Amino acid sequence: MAENVSGVEIQLENVTKRYPGTREPAVKDFTMTIPAGKIVILVGPSGCGKTTTMRMINRLIEPSSGRITIGGEDALKLNGDALRRKVGYAIQQAGLFPHFTVAQNIAVVPGLLDWDKKRISDRVDEMMDLVGLDPAVYRDRYPRQLSGGQQQRVGVARALAADPPVLLMDEPFGAVDPITRGNLQDELLRLQLELRKTIVFVTHDFDEAVKLGDKIAVLGDQSTIQQYDTPEAILANPANDMVAGFVGAGASLKQLTLLRVRDVDYHDDALTVVAPDSSPSDLRKRMTELGKTYALVLDARKRPQRWVHVRDLSTASTLATVGRPVGDMVSTQSTLQDALEAILSEGGNAVVTGSRGEYVGTIDINTVTDTIQQLREEHDAGSAAS
Amino acid sequence: MSSTTEIQGFSTESGSRRADRVRLFAQPAAVVVIVGLVLVWAFTRTNDSIEAESIQAGVLLDKTWEHVLITLVVAAIVVGIGVPLGMVLTRSWARPVAPLFIGIANIGQAAPALGVLVLFFLWTEWDGLWAAALPIAFYSLLPVLRNTIVGIQSVDPALVDAGKGIGMSSSGVLFRIEVPLAIPLILAGLRTSLVLAVGTATLAFFVNGGGLGELVDTGYKLNRVSVLVVGAVLAVGLALLVDWVGALLEEYLGPKGLS
Repeated sequence: MAENVSGVEIQLENVTKRYPGTREPAVKDFTMTIPAGKIVILVGPSGCGKTTTMRMINRLIEPSSGRITIGGEDALKLNGDALRRKVGYAIQQAGLFPHFTVAQNIAVVPGLLDWDKKRISDRVDEMMDLVGLDPAVYRDRYPRQLSGGQQQRVGVARALAADPPVLLMDEPFGAVDPITRGNLQDELLRLQLELRKTIVFVTHDFDEAVKLGDKIAVLGDQSTIQQYDTPEAILANPANDMVAGFVGAGASLKQLTLLRVRDVDYHDDALTVVAPDSSPSDLRKRMTELGKTYALVLDARKRPQRWVHVRDLSTASTLATVGRPVGDMVSTQSTLQDALEAILSEGGNAVVTGSRGEYVGTIDINTVTDTIQQLREEHDAGSAAS
Repeated sequence: MSSTTEIQGFSTESGSRRADRVRLFAQPAAVVVIVGLVLVWAFTRTNDSIEAESIQAGVLLDKTWEHVLITLVVAAIVVGIGVPLGMVLTRSWARPVAPLFIGIANIGQAAPALGVLVLFFLWTEWDGLWAAALPIAFYSLLPVLRNTIVGIQSVDPALVDAGKGIGMSSSGVLFRIEVPLAIPLILAGLRTSLVLAVGTATLAFFVNGGGLGELVDTGYKLNRVSVLVVGAVLAVGLALLVDWVGALLEEYLGPKGLS
């Protein structure tokens, strides 16, 4: 995938912002490397300087001192307007110009870069398709005629229109309802799979940070970095009390949303039997031989059907109706959170299926707790070593 | 006035949009009917020789045209000075001096129009069109200047930030975002200015500037009521028509997509 990365690395070195007439700088000695093609989330309480820090990258705010490079180029030596045309910028409530149509809004940056009309028009259609708005329907609408979520999509399309390697997003999904926000987040992740931009994303919502971030920087006062690591590492091992407080209650539960069933050691030792090929008496014999009390009945395509207890078999005439049907199942793609839900509702053991719905194993509560335990130990060892 | 530059705008918003629509048709119709009736009355009654000298198509058209001309020149001056000045005064580096200019424009409007006119005449010793138009423009500058400033200041700062953030230059932000979004308020100010100008232009005859004021003056001095009434009604009709044109501009020149 490395060759698809269109983003570039951003480096901030000892960046400080001091406003005249204030004793303490708003951002103090900020040093960070933002890797190419990754989503880095700046998260922290209101007033910690996270937005100021982000706005110094495209120089909407001029740093008082320090160095910023974007893809190796010194951002402070460029003309500010020219720099900003190469850095996508999306803000809360989209910031669309109300007197411009959707197409005109998206076309602003390509227009500033003097693209020809045909190319701009094609690009507008392409961007609208990309963010899931039908150009035929929405091209000539004004922002007031769109829902909040649609406006936000146009905002993202406008930010991406000139194909900038870097995208700055300032709480872009802060003002939409939770369901729309979830959809927009999913869509951003989908876009990012394709585009591989370097995205700097500011939010105060830690759950959003966990969901979107490849890396999260938890910032304290004056934008001091409390911890800068992957979401998994921050959840498993918060660096200090401030980070722990920000992660909040339920860190382990949040961790479960980051792990997939395929990443953990689920069991594949359940006794299975394919229904058409076997009879209740055969199965009973095998179960007593192996000392198992439960067996899983599969259909001809190996899809899980029913759980049977050994004593159900004495009275049964066919495997197709014996025992109880399998309830919630999880796939290897599911998150551990979904798996936990299935385990709880199934009473201790959930069936894991593969990509075509075929049986691949089972997962129980011990697998989940062991995984969390193991992650903590890993990240403890990691932080002790560094 | 406080020392800050937070200034209230003039607004011509009155009633609902539907009422506005009705007015858009009713106002010119009423003007045509009233002016028509008065003219029919004036031309069909028996006029003596003094009256007949004024009440004839050529003279009335001349005076009306002079009046319109003064108004147009004033409008051009007011827009040409008020809008750019307002734009400049909203730039961050000019904020400190904004109250000074607003203060001067305030003096212009607060002083009696006739006083401004006569003082300007005494100072320059000009007469004719420009001697009338310049002081009248000074007198009616404030609404356009003030509304330009208020209009630009009331543009959502997030839009200005978004414009800068995606790489527009400062002038790009001003001309593509701030000014277009301020146009409804600027036009409302222009409408107020124009109505002031039409009214004040009746004083232009004092400095030999012509206009419908001359008819009023003749009718009054020579005690000919019909001449006075024709002059006054034409001036009122013109003011209403100018107000109507202002309303049309507000209706059709504002930025699209705002409602």
